[in-house]
Amino acid sequence: MLHKDNCHTSSEVGHAVHDEPAIQVERLAMAFGEGPARRTIIDGLSLTVARGEFLCIVGASGCGKTTLLRLLAGLARPTEGRIDFHGKPVNGPSRERAIVFQDYGRALLPWRTVGGNIALALETCKVPKVEHAERVRQLAETMGLSHAVNHYPSQLSGGMQQRVQIARCLAQNPTLLLMDEPFGALDAITRQGLQDEVARLAQVHGTTVVFITHDLEEAIYLGDRVVVLAANPGRILRDIPVDVPRPRHQLTTREDQKFLALRHEIFGLLEGH
Amino acid sequence: MGKRWLGAVIPVGVLVSWEAAWHIENVRMESLSRPWDVGLALFHGLAGGEFLIATAETFQAALLGFAIAAVIGLVAGVVLGLLPWLESVVGPSIDAMRPVPSVALIPLTLMIFGFGVRMEAAVVAFACLWPILIVTISAVRGIDTALLNVARVLEMSTYERMVKIILPAALSRIAVGLQLALAISLVVAVTVEIVLNPRGLGHGMMSAQQAMRFDQMYAQLLWIGAVGWGLSYGSQVLLDRWSPACRADRAKERS
Repeated sequence: MLHKDNCHTSSEVGHAVHDEPAIQVERLAMAFGEGPARRTIIDGLSLTVARGEFLCIVGASGCGKTTLLRLLAGLARPTEGRIDFHGKPVNGPSRERAIVFQDYGRALLPWRTVGGNIALALETCKVPKVEHAERVRQLAETMGLSHAVNHYPSQLSGGMQQRVQIARCLAQNPTLLLMDEPFGALDAITRQGLQDEVARLAQVHGTTVVFITHDLEEAIYLGDRVVVLAANPGRILRDIPVDVPRPRHQLTTREDQKFLALRHEIFGLLEGH
Repeated sequence: MGKRWLGAVIPVGVLVSWEAAWHIENVRMESLSRPWDVGLALFHGLAGGEFLIATAETFQAALLGFAIAAVIGLVAGVVLGLLPWLESVVGPSIDAMRPVPSVALIPLTLMIFGFGVRMEAAVVAFACLWPILIVTISAVRGIDTALLNVARVLEMSTYERMVKIILPAALSRIAVGLQLALAISLVVAVTVEIVLNPRGLGHGMMSAQQAMRFDQMYAQLLWIGAVGWGLSYGSQVLLDRWSPACRADRAKERS
């Protein structure tokens, strides 16, 4: 729907079963500073993410969530350990791995319209110019931005700006979508709407998603799996599969017994640390 | 909006009291021409074309110097803004050269170029370079890392990053430096002409003064003021129309 040569087929949708995982993280460590000022942010973290999986990472602040995401994106290099993406080591950023920054206001080009911001990804991905208008129209429609294509980011609400950023990431046609507390700054209603949209898009396109949040309900609601991180240094405390049926519903899912049980479990884990 | 006429109080008041003072015997000073005569000299200067020729000469040197400074300042500023290590190599030299008064270069440029437009433009370029260079460095350095990360994640080429992210992001601040330099260019060009270069508005003023034609001297002073105002107004209009950031701002104001 979004791109004619989208490599994902419907059989890969949802809980994909593949030999080679999308992401393989092995004994990852990340430290900043030298000498006595040296701070270990992440230590000995190993993690596997299957293709098409929606993985949510929760943890208290200071547990290295954002650092982990930057490492997965290739925006930072780990001190130790390795990250493989589809079997190849991550050595730097790649268009295949789109990242939605928490701070949508800073990640959009203020001098470009909504359409121009979406087209930025098409331009760098060398999509033929004649297709731009149509692709922008489609992506804007998908993200509910059709009426705002000619507006500048500063004219939009926070929720709409975040939609623009997500649309730009989708324009990259990524196989992995990294999201860093993308809805943290939005009001509850806007947040719920965007949660459902991201869940639906990820499922339709079979995109692997790594979603960072401090909101444990959001993590359970969206995730196929929730990884709970402990802080100082950041490491995996628990890896919990979310056995709650899809499609999920903002009201009924959140009242589901399994959902509530997971909420209790993870709440306890986060409280204990 | 309705109070705009208040801005005219001071200039009109000065003109009226100036004219009035000229009519009082003991207050009159020969070196302060009568505003009426100044107005007449201004009219004749413009109608006769001498002011316009002198203006063209001054502008030629000012704009040439400005253009040279803009090209060097922008290119060097972007490069130094992106490469902090290079800036620590070049920075101290810049700091050492910047406080040199541009007028102090007149003897040197005179030796190199002789009288004429090239010598004047060289002094102007020296004076204009620093504001452009320094503003550009800080503008490029001040670009939000979030935008640079967007460029990295999209795997932009150096050229794409420059044209699509760095220049537009820094443009509104660079434009301030360019505007500042444009105003300086006129000041320095006229100064060089007053000091010794036999061309342009500055030289015209000096000739009038030496010929005791104070009416013509004041007329040219007024004209230089008007030209300077026009230049800064014109650059502001140009900036508003072309700067992408300003376009976004105006769209915001409309909504």
